Amino acid sequence: MNFLLEIGVEEIPDWMIPGALADLKKRFEVLFTGAVTKVDATARRLTVRCLDVPERQNDLVTTRQGPKVGSNPAAVSGFAKKWGLQPGDLHISDDRYVYIEKVQGLETKSMLAETLPDQIASIPWPKTMYWTAKSGFRFIRPIRWVVALLGDEVVPFEIAGVRSGNESSGHRRLGAAKFPVTIDNYEQKLRENFVLLSAEERRARIRAVGIKYKCDTALLETLTYLTEWPTPIIGEFDPSYLTLPKEVLSTVMRHHQKYFSVENDDGTLAPKFVAAMNIDSDAEGIVKRGNERVLRARFNDARFFWDADQKKKLADRVSDLANVTFQAKLGSYLEKTKRVMTLVEQLGGDAFAVRAAELAKCDLTTELVKEFTELQGQIGGLYARAQGEPEEVAAAIYDQYKPVSMEDSIPNTHSGRLLSLADKLDTLIGCFSVGMIPTGSKDPFALRRAAQGIVKILVESSMELPLVSLLGGTADLIAFFEDRVRFYFKDIRNFKYDEVNAAMAIGWGNLVDLERRLIRIQAIRPTPDFEPIAASFKRIKNILRQANFEESEVEEQLLEPGPERDLYERAGSVAGQPIEQAIAVLRPRIDLFFDKVMVNSPDPAIRQNRLSLLSKLLREFSTIADFSEIITSS
Amino acid sequence: MSTFQQIIFQLKNYWAERGCIIQEPFDMEVGAGTMCPETFLRVLGPKPYRTAYVQPSRRPADGRYGENPNRLYKHSQLQVILKPAPEDVIEQYLGSLEAIGIDLRKHDLKLEEDNWESPTLGAWGVGWQVMLDGLEITQFTYFQQCGGIDLEVVPAELTYGLERLSAFLQVKDSVYDIDWVDGVTYGDVRFRDELQYSVYNFEMADVETLWKLFGLHEKEAQRLLSLFPKSAEKERFPLLPTYDHVLKCSHLFNTLDARGAISVTERVGVIRRVRELAVGVAGAWVDQSA
Repeated sequence: MNFLLEIGVEEIPDWMIPGALADLKKRFEVLFTGAVTKVDATARRLTVRCLDVPERQNDLVTTRQGPKVGSNPAAVSGFAKKWGLQPGDLHISDDRYVYIEKVQGLETKSMLAETLPDQIASIPWPKTMYWTAKSGFRFIRPIRWVVALLGDEVVPFEIAGVRSGNESSGHRRLGAAKFPVTIDNYEQKLRENFVLLSAEERRARIRAVGIKYKCDTALLETLTYLTEWPTPIIGEFDPSYLTLPKEVLSTVMRHHQKYFSVENDDGTLAPKFVAAMNIDSDAEGIVKRGNERVLRARFNDARFFWDADQKKKLADRVSDLANVTFQAKLGSYLEKTKRVMTLVEQLGGDAFAVRAAELAKCDLTTELVKEFTELQGQIGGLYARAQGEPEEVAAAIYDQYKPVSMEDSIPNTHSGRLLSLADKLDTLIGCFSVGMIPTGSKDPFALRRAAQGIVKILVESSMELPLVSLLGGTADLIAFFEDRVRFYFKDIRNFKYDEVNAAMAIGWGNLVDLERRLIRIQAIRPTPDFEPIAASFKRIKNILRQANFEESEVEEQLLEPGPERDLYERAGSVAGQPIEQAIAVLRPRIDLFFDKVMVNSPDPAIRQNRLSLLSKLLREFSTIADFSEIITSS
Repeated sequence: MSTFQQIIFQLKNYWAERGCIIQEPFDMEVGAGTMCPETFLRVLGPKPYRTAYVQPSRRPADGRYGENPNRLYKHSQLQVILKPAPEDVIEQYLGSLEAIGIDLRKHDLKLEEDNWESPTLGAWGVGWQVMLDGLEITQFTYFQQCGGIDLEVVPAELTYGLERLSAFLQVKDSVYDIDWVDGVTYGDVRFRDELQYSVYNFEMADVETLWKLFGLHEKEAQRLLSLFPKSAEKERFPLLPTYDHVLKCSHLFNTLDARGAISVTERVGVIRRVRELAVGVAGAWVDQSA
């Protein structure tokens, strides 16, 4: 028997739909173990289909324990009576009277009728609303119809004042408002009413346009869930707008209008765009012309702002930053600017870098940035260039927020990197100093991202700056960074966690050095001597910890000839050599030492000498990592 | 092709046929139709209500001296309140677009998430911006809270941007070219408003005077609000005039803001002062209506 649930909702925010579907799928897979569950959605419906669900839930069998065999007959009949039985009806198990209670499993239909309202209500949404009454049912948007079918029958229930039934609804204008469906014809009926249930099919329709465009996957997903019957159209705009920066044009198209932009083969923008309509065709070109007009108005606005902003140079806007708050407790952007300038200089920035820091935040006072907040920094860079600032300055301002994510690249120039580092360091140090420290999922100032960006810049530009001392000695902040460093190498660079622990255990203040060491550890890890020697190092560490002693100079005359002396001499011969070469020499000697030599000698002087030998060994060969942190397979 | 005023007539008729009281604009400066008592106060409490009105909405910072084809100091909103929101509210709304001659089978209509919030009014709701061929023509909101009060009955608020909608229908690239009536353009009627208010708001408004006025209106509103709890006959208490003073404060704040007289740091504080008054009136209104 098959099952269909369609929740008809007023337009659901597109970005929330995939999450809701994943939740529904999980929920129904628990409800019908083993049944094949398929979930689908458009902007106006969430659909669950389950194949081969049982007609009835499993029977529930419970064994009720009664008195022991041979107990007082009154107790036995009392027990039987409690369950409405005669003593003769009882079973005997393990020397006891028992009653095996069988509760027949609910019919699936009744079970569903009972549970579906709860299942629907439990879908987690980032933000819900009420509409029936205050403290009434909450959902992402009002529910307007529900189809619930088990086989040929409606699963009857009510949710938020809506009764379940067998009637679905089509595209708002191209389809019928109401039509009956069965499980078998459901998808076909929707199609006849201009609803493409499959996201894959909608995606393919949006992509099927006779022009090559840059497919932005996130935008494609948005359009896929914003529509029920998408059709792409190609629009054009006047090439004279191409004199506006590409960044501005793309942002208008991508973020404000949800259009794909079109590029020429050389990567420059073409005066075209691709939009996805929520209807089947635009035979008369009405939609195309409408969108073109909107875009023209948007571009005109941008041009108006661009021209207006040129009336006051960035350099003349520095003092205006006194009126722009960075953070209530941390003062204005003017104060931040001054701090960042000093910091850039301390990091070794030249006059260009310092100038970039001085002008970096001035674009916050421009009309264009007020309109296109997401372009802050980039617009400053473009203005700096247009206003004759040196290219180094413009490029640094342009890149100052990079990397905006772990996938993003770091700033392109050295000055840009210093500016980005200084800006982020200032934010982190400032926020930590006033107690704004991220906890759990709360990180309103995106401090994790800032710290992660610093780590990424230092490593990927091989900048050997003493990170820990730059943090100003705040224990909280150092611990915070340690986590970010660990995260970066573990989750972004995919080093094994124990290798990261081993390498960081002997220091992480110089990230470039840390990276080099990690690469070496990764390379020697598969060699045959590595794991055994790591295991031995762990053993040495344990011995030393338990021994509670202080290392002293190894006295050669106390060394026993054989494995002990041999280890001492060979270790001495490879001391200072790269660990890659040393381990092949050390490994058999250490193994033999542990095999033949008793560290805890009854003679305290010999014991002290042996412990010192091990301690020296550990110290001299732990220069790239603390190998005892390696998790060995044996 | 409908003129600007015909579009207004058609929309008003459409909503009148659906039980709306057609109101004339509120006679004070407001930033949006939502701020009028017809919306701000009427959505409070359990009583059903339906109204529609065109509200000239003044936003000093949006003035462009009449030079920008799409931005106005004073634009016209058609504000519709349906309390409670009927089940077929979106269908009714789509019908209103068809009533002004938009064939929705030939246009691309999308409802894109856009949750509305007014910090000065202590109000918010969830909803959409309605996009027609890529143009935002309406803000559709299910109110959840107003004046800091969770609403007992959830109304739908439809706010049509009439200039945009008309420019769209008349295929004009500039709102100033819209035909208000045949032979008279929007520019003929409104250009001087745009120019003169831009000059006043950006260049000539006296900051000190505006602050003084702000303080006076704030004080008067506070004085009245402090008297309400003690008033013997609550139903006679002049809450509507109190609210007028709140609206004055709001508009003065917007003018000062456009004039560049409010730093970002101060902003939050001034918004809070206005909100406290608005929340005070809303609470008293519910009390008075009980």
